[in-house]
Amino acid sequence: MLRFTLTRLLSLCLSLAVASVVIFAAIEVLPGDPASIMLGVNAQPDTLAALRAELGLDQPMAARYLDWIGGLLRGDFGISYTYRTPVVEMIGDRLAVSLPLALFSLALTIVIAFPVGIWAAARRGSVADVAIMGLTQLGVAIPNFWFAMLMVLVFAINLQWFSAGGFAGWDAGLFPALKSLTLPAIALALPQASILARVMRSALLDTLSEDFIRTARAKGLSRREALWRHALRNALIPVLTIIGMQFSFLLAGGIIIENVFYLPGLGRLIFQAISARDLIVVESVVMLLVFAVIVVNFLVELAYAAVDPRLRAR
Amino acid sequence: MTNALRSVAKTAAAASVIALTAGTGAAMAQDSLTLGLQLEPPHMDPTSAAAGAIDQVVYANVFEGLTRFGPDGSVNPSLARSWDISEDGLTYTFHLVEGAKFHDGTDFEATDVVFSLDRARAEDSVNAQKSLFAGIESVEALDPATVQVTLSAPDGMFLFKMAWGDAVMVAPESIETITTNPVGTGAFTFGNWVQGDSITLQKNPDYWGEPAMLDSATFKFISDPTAAFAAMMAGDVDVFVAFPAPENLPQFDADPRYNVLIGNTEGETIVAMNNARPPFDNKLVREAVAHAINRQDIIDGAMFGYGTPIGTFFAPHNPDYVDLTEMSAYDPEAAKALLEEAGVELPLSVKMTLPPTSYARRGGEIVAAQLREVGIVAQIENVEWAQWLENTFRNAHDYDLTIISHTEPMDIASLADPDYYTGYDNPAFREVIDQIAVESDPEVRSDLLGQAQTMLAEDYVAGFLFELPLHTVAKTGVEGLWINMPTQATDLTGVYWDN
Repeated sequence: MLRFTLTRLLSLCLSLAVASVVIFAAIEVLPGDPASIMLGVNAQPDTLAALRAELGLDQPMAARYLDWIGGLLRGDFGISYTYRTPVVEMIGDRLAVSLPLALFSLALTIVIAFPVGIWAAARRGSVADVAIMGLTQLGVAIPNFWFAMLMVLVFAINLQWFSAGGFAGWDAGLFPALKSLTLPAIALALPQASILARVMRSALLDTLSEDFIRTARAKGLSRREALWRHALRNALIPVLTIIGMQFSFLLAGGIIIENVFYLPGLGRLIFQAISARDLIVVESVVMLLVFAVIVVNFLVELAYAAVDPRLRAR
Repeated sequence: MTNALRSVAKTAAAASVIALTAGTGAAMAQDSLTLGLQLEPPHMDPTSAAAGAIDQVVYANVFEGLTRFGPDGSVNPSLARSWDISEDGLTYTFHLVEGAKFHDGTDFEATDVVFSLDRARAEDSVNAQKSLFAGIESVEALDPATVQVTLSAPDGMFLFKMAWGDAVMVAPESIETITTNPVGTGAFTFGNWVQGDSITLQKNPDYWGEPAMLDSATFKFISDPTAAFAAMMAGDVDVFVAFPAPENLPQFDADPRYNVLIGNTEGETIVAMNNARPPFDNKLVREAVAHAINRQDIIDGAMFGYGTPIGTFFAPHNPDYVDLTEMSAYDPEAAKALLEEAGVELPLSVKMTLPPTSYARRGGEIVAAQLREVGIVAQIENVEWAQWLENTFRNAHDYDLTIISHTEPMDIASLADPDYYTGYDNPAFREVIDQIAVESDPEVRSDLLGQAQTMLAEDYVAGFLFELPLHTVAKTGVEGLWINMPTQATDLTGVYWDN
């Protein structure tokens, strides 16, 4: 187990190092000068030069890369060009929205997908199974921003149960904050739950056709008992893989939903920062997301090992 | 959903709804206002960035200048209650208001004026409109309530320049933290900023002038047009300034719960042509383009019918505006004849670079279709704002045609610079602009401005389309909002609820 963990850790660090070079290079070659965007159309050349010097943009690229990466290692993400505040504070503020939103929608995803997937698998070929598969197909096919707008129309404009968007802030209390994340979380969770339910069902069905299940049945277990006691645990590996990917997606990919509900999350921060050429913010946030994705994958792999002892030996 | 069904649903969920709304501060009192804006300010210092979104929140509310713009674009006294101008027009003596204090409790005095103006024109200044201060020779505090500004040359526009958001008064005591905690002299103090979401302003109880009628105002930032519509319909915001979904305006107009205010901005929207290189260095080709364009089609198609046609580079609500739209009236036959006269080979292939604004993207398609009718094939290239600034506007001026709205007030003078992206180089025009700069007699000025406008129209410097409109949607009962936007501002000092 220790060796398994160590090799995974090493590959994690290597991935991060490669990612940092790629991110920095890709973002630095974007056309557009941050200073000229900040100062607009009437700025004079000497003003632009003064601002570039203030932001450190007159340094060579290699020096700026080392500066940035050195800062990251010390936990110093630099100062945003446009907002003039420490990037780490901005990320903290935005994570306070994006992370709970991702967890909320992941929880909804799991709460919906597990029972539905198991239920459908247990009743394979029945009307209920066909109906569920049809519905999940629809859930995958519906674009989540469209579904989000539909929910806004019904629950915010017609019924006025919820705000059309915005975030109440954690200062306002747990309940108002969660309430403002509810519609976005549902919008994000619907397609993910549909995917996960389908994966759950097919993974279970695959396992149910394996020899050890037949042995279990032969020993006298009912189909249901065999499913719960033996099949479920073995079917969890593909399900965990998907959950890991979904969490990364929910954390980084909420950008459209954040726009529909005008939530101050990470996705919107990246979007704003890219159009304002706030390079240091883009680089740091993307790096952070890469870090999150890699760490989640690492944790998922550890979870495999926990679920399936055979993997630990490898 | 029917009303009956709705009420059943409401009753069914009543318990949970009551619980849900409990924490959010039930029915808003009528002395606070929530406003929607599309763009969030990057920070709170109007004197170190071009972002109009900053002024949109703080101008006149938090920060004030020596003079200020009124709702009609006029220049009025603000922190300077009056001024004397010397005979030669070089010395301005400003008399400051009494009892004005910054929000941190320090007095507003002549030394603050000296500090603010010197900071803006300093060598290392990052003021986005540094040229406003270029004519200042020296700034001196005569006594705590009197400031003397000496100019290097007479400037008929000096008081106008001092009204800009980039020329507001700041204090040395609070300048270090201005980007996150702006301290001004205005009727509102800066309250709270939830980055990415909202900014709250509070009424300043110690304001030197007429106090604000609102207790607090919250600006919410909603960039998506559909979300803006939903927020307005759901009652999350009371007012949306520069409402981004003009297609929904008739719906608000028909609804007694809302008012729609249609006004003007200072944005002259033009099809800019690169006068400095072929084919648009040829006046005949530019004239052909001007006649090939049907303004009304563009206003109807790209702007949902809103926008005043313009025939030159000047705001139509300005008293000095001359209506020259007839000179570039829609006439495709004349356009074809002009192209023939110019001797260009048809079809003429050009590139049209479009920034991301909706008027440019939508308008560009229509302009391209109209140009095709007369034999000009405009290849559309959509670019990001940053790229547009870099390649089209600054540096290389690498473009043939582009569509852009020039939103600075009184920006006709910018076309006099041959290095400007328009590449228009006419010594006679420059001379008129130079005269306007030093002329302070209103009648002569008006005449000169008329001449300048006519020159631009005669030289077909650009395809002049329309003045960018301003749509504000407000709940019925909100009074005192500006209808026009003579400068980027949401002046809340006179806003109140009337019901």
